[in-house]
Amino acid sequence: MNDRLRLNQRSGWLRRAIVFAGLAAAALAAGHPASAAEPVSRAEMAPDALVQSVSSEVLEKIRNDPALHKGDVERLQKLIDEKVAPYVDFERMTRLSVGRGWRAATEEQRQALMREFRTLLVRTYSGALSRVTDHQIKMRPFKAQPADTDVVVRTQVAPSVGDPIQLDYRLEKTDAGWKIYDVNILGVSLVENFRNEFVSEINQNGVDGLIKALADRNKALASSPSKS
Amino acid sequence: MRRLADPIARRLARCAATAAVLLLAACASVPPNAGSKPRDPFERVNRHLFAFNDKVDQYLMKPLAQGYEAVVPRAFRLCINSGFANLGEVRNAVNDILQAKPIGAATDTGRLAVNSTLGVAGCFDVATRMGLERRHEDFGLTLARWGVGTGPYVVLPVLGPSDVRDAIGLVPDAYTNPVSYVTPVRDRYIVYGVYLIDFRAELLDATRLIDQAALDRYQFTRDAYFQRRTSLQYEGNPPPLPEDDDSGDAGPRPTGTKTPPAQPSPEDRR
Repeated sequence: MNDRLRLNQRSGWLRRAIVFAGLAAAALAAGHPASAAEPVSRAEMAPDALVQSVSSEVLEKIRNDPALHKGDVERLQKLIDEKVAPYVDFERMTRLSVGRGWRAATEEQRQALMREFRTLLVRTYSGALSRVTDHQIKMRPFKAQPADTDVVVRTQVAPSVGDPIQLDYRLEKTDAGWKIYDVNILGVSLVENFRNEFVSEINQNGVDGLIKALADRNKALASSPSKS
Repeated sequence: MRRLADPIARRLARCAATAAVLLLAACASVPPNAGSKPRDPFERVNRHLFAFNDKVDQYLMKPLAQGYEAVVPRAFRLCINSGFANLGEVRNAVNDILQAKPIGAATDTGRLAVNSTLGVAGCFDVATRMGLERRHEDFGLTLARWGVGTGPYVVLPVLGPSDVRDAIGLVPDAYTNPVSYVTPVRDRYIVYGVYLIDFRAELLDATRLIDQAALDRYQFTRDAYFQRRTSLQYEGNPPPLPEDDDSGDAGPRPTGTKTPPAQPSPEDRR
């Protein structure tokens, strides 16, 4: 059962890889440099293909760059801003995490919430990535209907030795392709966990209280980036 | 004073004094609405215990774990970690049987057999490479399977986040832990000590992430604990939570188009 699933999945990959290669070849033949064709094809990618392509690109970059490998957080943040952020819907993430308070928030407050939350997420994520060494990304069976606009892509991040870490992404289909709006680590959804925190912060200190709490957190992290 | 001349008694007294100082020093800041959440009526006590655990962690467990990571070579640490996980297969198998999961029980037993022999007493996880992936079961999850709810959140001294159900589950789990049968007792506690350090070292990355991301570490840890346990209970496919997107924004709502969730497929149920 398991094997058949894996095989199915693999042949699915193969098919997609062939299609992708075909697209790339067509782009080359039309005289476009491959790099110019890349963002277009990513926007058209299936959600699981997108997650795999972005994750393996980031992991490979880290593996091949000694500075990133040593956990240079600033460079990692730059990498995430360039390679991951375009595929993340930060607005939706913030909206879901803030929950009920979002409706009451003014436009300025919303912008401030998004800005601070984005900074915190990127910083946390780069902190986690700075621990990455020889990890490989493995896709787990992907079940979705072609008409779905909201899917979960399940992956495992596996070190060469030791237990793999279950890492799932929730994606939504937008006009600009699929966008990630939640990350689930070992069964813990980040949006869900942040929402509990954000809601109680808003209940106690209002939306401005939450913005201040996030900004303070970011400032503390910026002044001691390697704090363990 | 005379009785304390005995070196062991003196050492014990010093330990007790240190613990008391730590407990006093660990004054948690408790928010005014503490205990208002249905899942956490003991929040006041819990926050104090959380702060106490933090002190123990800061001055004892974390330095030990960091030292362990710095001094002991990675290959050796992986071997120890894998060895303890292998002993845990007994607990996994017993609880799989109690939950009427025959395939799971077979997987755990197979892993125990393979890793104890080919894997040199559990040092190497050969079974995973053979396609027998590690599962996690414990008596708390067995109680969940039998329909017992989590009960309120509790923070256990030293051991950390738990709930009433899972805390009760720790007792039967101790009986399925081969380490609890090690004699003499002194050796048993040495093994437990190594186990704790190994456990803490494994959590270094997770606690680093919480330290960075959380506005309120107590709350972040508590909510993550419940999410993690629910995920384990449903073997990675928990029923979806009601989407709390009260933002009032137009745009696609996730509820209508969600992928069909929650049915643990047969291979998940192993």
